[in-house]
Amino acid sequence: MSGEQPIHFVPPVNSLRMVRTLMLVTSLCGGLIVAVWQWTQPAIAANKKVVLERSVRALIPNAAQIVEYDASAKGVTVAKGDAADGAIRFYAAYDKDGKLDAIAAEGAARGYSDTVRVLYGYRQACECIFGIRVTQMRETPGIGDKIITDPAFLQSFEHLDVSLSPDLKSMFNAVKTVKHGSKQFGWEIDAIAGATITSKAVGRGINDSAQRLLPLLVPHLEAIKQKGGAQ
Amino acid sequence: MSCQPLQASNMEQLLEGIWKQNPVFVMALGMCPTLAVTVSAFNALGMGLATTFVLICSCTLISMLRRFIPREVRIATYIVIIATFVTLVDYIIQAVSLALYEALGAFIQLIVVNCIILGRAEAHAANNPPLSALVNALGMGIGFTIGLFALGSVREVLGAGKLFGISLFGEHFQPWVVMVLPPGGFFVLGLWLLFFAWLAKRKEAQHGA
Amino acid sequence: MEHETLGQIFIITVLSSNFVLAMFLGLCPFLGVSGKLETAVPMGIATSFVMLVASLCSYALNQLLTHFDLEFLRLIAYIAVIASAVQLVEMVMKKFSPALFRALGIFLPLITTNCAVLGVALFQTARDYDLAQSAAFSLGGGVGFSLALILMAGVRERLNLSNLPGVMHGTALSLMLAGLLSLAFMGFGGIGVAR
Repeated sequence: MSGEQPIHFVPPVNSLRMVRTLMLVTSLCGGLIVAVWQWTQPAIAANKKVVLERSVRALIPNAAQIVEYDASAKGVTVAKGDAADGAIRFYAAYDKDGKLDAIAAEGAARGYSDTVRVLYGYRQACECIFGIRVTQMRETPGIGDKIITDPAFLQSFEHLDVSLSPDLKSMFNAVKTVKHGSKQFGWEIDAIAGATITSKAVGRGINDSAQRLLPLLVPHLEAIKQKGGAQ
Repeated sequence: MSCQPLQASNMEQLLEGIWKQNPVFVMALGMCPTLAVTVSAFNALGMGLATTFVLICSCTLISMLRRFIPREVRIATYIVIIATFVTLVDYIIQAVSLALYEALGAFIQLIVVNCIILGRAEAHAANNPPLSALVNALGMGIGFTIGLFALGSVREVLGAGKLFGISLFGEHFQPWVVMVLPPGGFFVLGLWLLFFAWLAKRKEAQHGA
Repeated sequence: MEHETLGQIFIITVLSSNFVLAMFLGLCPFLGVSGKLETAVPMGIATSFVMLVASLCSYALNQLLTHFDLEFLRLIAYIAVIASAVQLVEMVMKKFSPALFRALGIFLPLITTNCAVLGVALFQTARDYDLAQSAAFSLGGGVGFSLALILMAGVRERLNLSNLPGVMHGTALSLMLAGLLSLAFMGFGGIGVAR
């Protein structure tokens, strides 16, 4: 190793050779990365789509076709690539006759140990959220992960009121997680006893997402219904 | 060229990484990924295989290029090569199994700073022909994977009562949850190291007697 | 995702998701340099400083790469930036504060291969933090790392005086200690999360 070599045996540094070697190695590596990136990109996109459609179908069983949209202040557009800044991604599920069945979107908030992500389903007919599905969480096993299984908790989401005020600018009532057993109103979520922080994270995630998405989405619902019928 | 002795020494090298110099249990190297992702046997295997792939590819390539790389920039070159293969693994895992990718998260990319890989590149691949470098890397990779698996399976069995997601003890098992939480990682690895230190000590005592 | 305040990010990163004890980042220096308090303190400061510099550099770099749609080069770019940041810190320190350099100098090369530094860059990208949030995150990471290192060094100094079976000495014992510390830090869980 170099430690054993006397200094004067080391040949003078040839910086041209160093630069040449580094350039060769980096271009080789760059080429490799680009090649593999191009090769795997379609498979990754397909994989993501499969995972997404599986969770949307679990939430909306009779979804025959799922279309991704972006909602922003400029209106609603069919999604391309990643959502742009300020735009919110949502998924419209159409049944087999091409009729709009429901809307799904994702909310996220920090829970006990990491971000909790939930997909929630929205129907215009009842102006409510009719179900949720946890898509990502690392909460404590046996405590925080009850948000997936606890029946009393999940029951809060069977008809969660998210109706908009008449001017369609904001929600009448913010979705709120309340202490276990004290749910009174349609917009409240009954927290799981002993897992309050995680329950609240679910509530906050949904509230933040719905507060931003629904005012942008509801005025354009007719157009979204049309698009499904045309296909 | 005599093949027989070469193969024997290769075999020895392979075993060295797996047992005598096991990177996890004996040298206690590369611990960030070792502890963070070993909450289940499946994750541990995935991480182990990803690291092995990076180790083999980068050591072989470095060994092939060893005559062209000037000493002054060797570490920079090694890091670029390692980072390349880690990026490749990152994309390949995303393409093969999104579930595994989500479980391992940013820890796949942290393979770059795993001391085992740079250590092997510097200590072995830089001075040996490609075949020898490959065998050495394979041995270390297998040793690392076995180490991760030993950790991951113990933690999953104790902490969730499952192995590869299959329940082992039936309904009435009360899982020892702390084992799949961060402290459990430290405890289980500590116990494994203790076990190996005890083995080494006992062997020493036997030889002395 | 709702916006966490800078204070929340800082506190969460120092306590409830401490880099060393909850996310296992930077374990090699954590176990290697935590033998004595007098080395633990400068190591913690040097690492925190490099983390802050690396975090800001990689934030700028990520903006650049995203702008040109070159995300697939991110990892290579980050690792190069961190290695150069360490070099740069070393040179600047040598020039302007030789005393500090003498105290920290030997630790600086070690920091290049510290996963905590690359971890900061990768996690801030994964969580889409903006500039101020990245700074709070990296500061929290550095403070958390130093805190864990100093606590550990304190315990290990005391432990040197106690009578233990021979096999217990070394890494195995340090890991057990780290497990206990980590268990204690779990008590901070949920702190700093909005109610």
